[in-house]
Amino acid sequence: MFLTLRELWFARTRFLLMGAVVALISILMVILSGLSSGLVTDGVSALQRTPVQAFAFAEGTKTDSAFSRSVVTDEQVAAWRERPDVAEAALFGNAIVNAKTGDGIPVDLTLFGIEPGSFLEPAAAEGRALQQATDILVSDSARAAGIELGDTVVVDRLGTELTVVGFTSDKRTFGHVDVAYVPLSTWQEIHAGVKVGEQPQPDIYREASVVALQGVDGGLPDLAAGDAAAGTVSKTLEESFDSSPGYSAEMMTMSMIKAFLYAISALVVGAFFSIWTVQRSRELSVLRAMGASTGFLLRDGLLQAVVVLVASVALGVLIGLGLGSGLDGSGMPFALESGPIVQGAVLLIVLGLVGAAVAVVRVTRVDPLTALGENR
Amino acid sequence: MTAATSTRAGLALTDTCLSFGDGDSTVHALDHVTLEVAAGELVAIVGPSGAGKSSLLAVAGGLTRPTSGTVTVDGVDITNLKPRELTRLRRDRIGFVFQSGNLIPALTARDQLRLVEKITGREGRDPDELLASVGMSHRADRRPGQLSGGERQRVGIARALMARPALLLVDEPTAALDRKRSHEVVELLARETHEARVATIMVTHDHDVLDHCDRVLEMVDGGLGPHD
Repeated sequence: MFLTLRELWFARTRFLLMGAVVALISILMVILSGLSSGLVTDGVSALQRTPVQAFAFAEGTKTDSAFSRSVVTDEQVAAWRERPDVAEAALFGNAIVNAKTGDGIPVDLTLFGIEPGSFLEPAAAEGRALQQATDILVSDSARAAGIELGDTVVVDRLGTELTVVGFTSDKRTFGHVDVAYVPLSTWQEIHAGVKVGEQPQPDIYREASVVALQGVDGGLPDLAAGDAAAGTVSKTLEESFDSSPGYSAEMMTMSMIKAFLYAISALVVGAFFSIWTVQRSRELSVLRAMGASTGFLLRDGLLQAVVVLVASVALGVLIGLGLGSGLDGSGMPFALESGPIVQGAVLLIVLGLVGAAVAVVRVTRVDPLTALGENR
Repeated sequence: MTAATSTRAGLALTDTCLSFGDGDSTVHALDHVTLEVAAGELVAIVGPSGAGKSSLLAVAGGLTRPTSGTVTVDGVDITNLKPRELTRLRRDRIGFVFQSGNLIPALTARDQLRLVEKITGREGRDPDELLASVGMSHRADRRPGQLSGGERQRVGIARALMARPALLLVDEPTAALDRKRSHEVVELLARETHEARVATIMVTHDHDVLDHCDRVLEMVDGGLGPHD
């Protein structure tokens, strides 16, 4: 500690430079983390807020955009409902439609078809719950698209008229599109392409996209056994996020950018400390001749890295949070969440320390003999 | 303190050899060297470059293991000690004074001395008292970059004496100094050697300063003999 802090102060311009680079990387980490959380929220926030543990898809459904391809029947729901570890099982419809508001403004909506009053219906923060067949309960975020309470929304091509009777308290989107909760029977008609005035086939009322499953006491039901009984393929709520359009591709892109960021950070810190250690090799050989143990020198070098990394990452995160709070609510998918940011900051520090450790281990190879003689 | 140090045994090299390479190209850096330095004695070793003076310091200071013979420091046979034990021995019993001081650039004169306590983990001599005795009290808060060559060398000597070593190894202390400063530094070394009862070996090219030493030896081609 004694030598560490004095050397930090003595070489402060050099350490400040490296600290600035790490701080900038931390800022970028916070922004990326916000963007990534924002994309998650935009992609699957409506699923995240659905009180289920799993969804059962039709057998043979492909993973990407599985919600729009899957069709399950009420017989499969019944099979699931008989499982002892399933508290609730219900048909759940999921379809993205184009529509126009009464003012003629085009809007995209993800229609979640649910049985009104069931466990799948969210509470209305404004307005009221679903009653009529043509009522819809819309994500709070849809107000930005120009949807207001009492508006009539007309589904393109079919002409189905839906009335906005309420808003949810929070943002609920799926595949970057605002969600509207609609009574299941209406959803089934829209999904089957029944135009206004047409007589639908009675069969359509027995189908929806998936079976929504709620375990007993919030536990995860035995999916494999249930699938075998019902002839479905189940995914946990988390796994089902991949079935949101574009979700896995977005996450992969973000993870790759973040991985590069962490690698660059470790390399920068490692390169700095290798040069720093080489520059100090004369001094280190003197210390060794004086009887300083390897542990003493390693501790000294690593402590310098810890001090610089913690300080610069903390500073970078603070600046990043400042910048990020400006981006929040700017229309860009951006959300600051403490979990991923803390995780990122810790990872930056740990990887930086690994980089520094690789460089600082060099001190074990410094020969105290070079302190003697004239080669200075 | 005087009671403890006065019983110290100094340095003994017995028939010590150090050679590099093998066959025809073998270099005998030390050729059957036998040397005893008592506590409180300042021995100067002169000789041409490449005669093996630095090798002698390296072997006596536990930085290099001799090819044959024995080395005893303060009564401890260090010939076959492990690297870790040698490190501890250097820390506790040996002080080095390097050419041009070789101080740590980041530390003030006082902190150079306090660093020794950090390395040894025990209290040494009082840093301020020691700086006063080498005439550096007024520069205690200066870093090496703000000190002259002679001042750096004084701080280097004080640093080497901090842990109350039994053996002080001094490598060309006057190489970068003018005549007046050279005399002052070697005078200081002689005084500290006598007062602190340290066995001191000083390797030097500088024949002007030999008057201050108790004994002068000459090294030629790895062999040690009297100086005329």
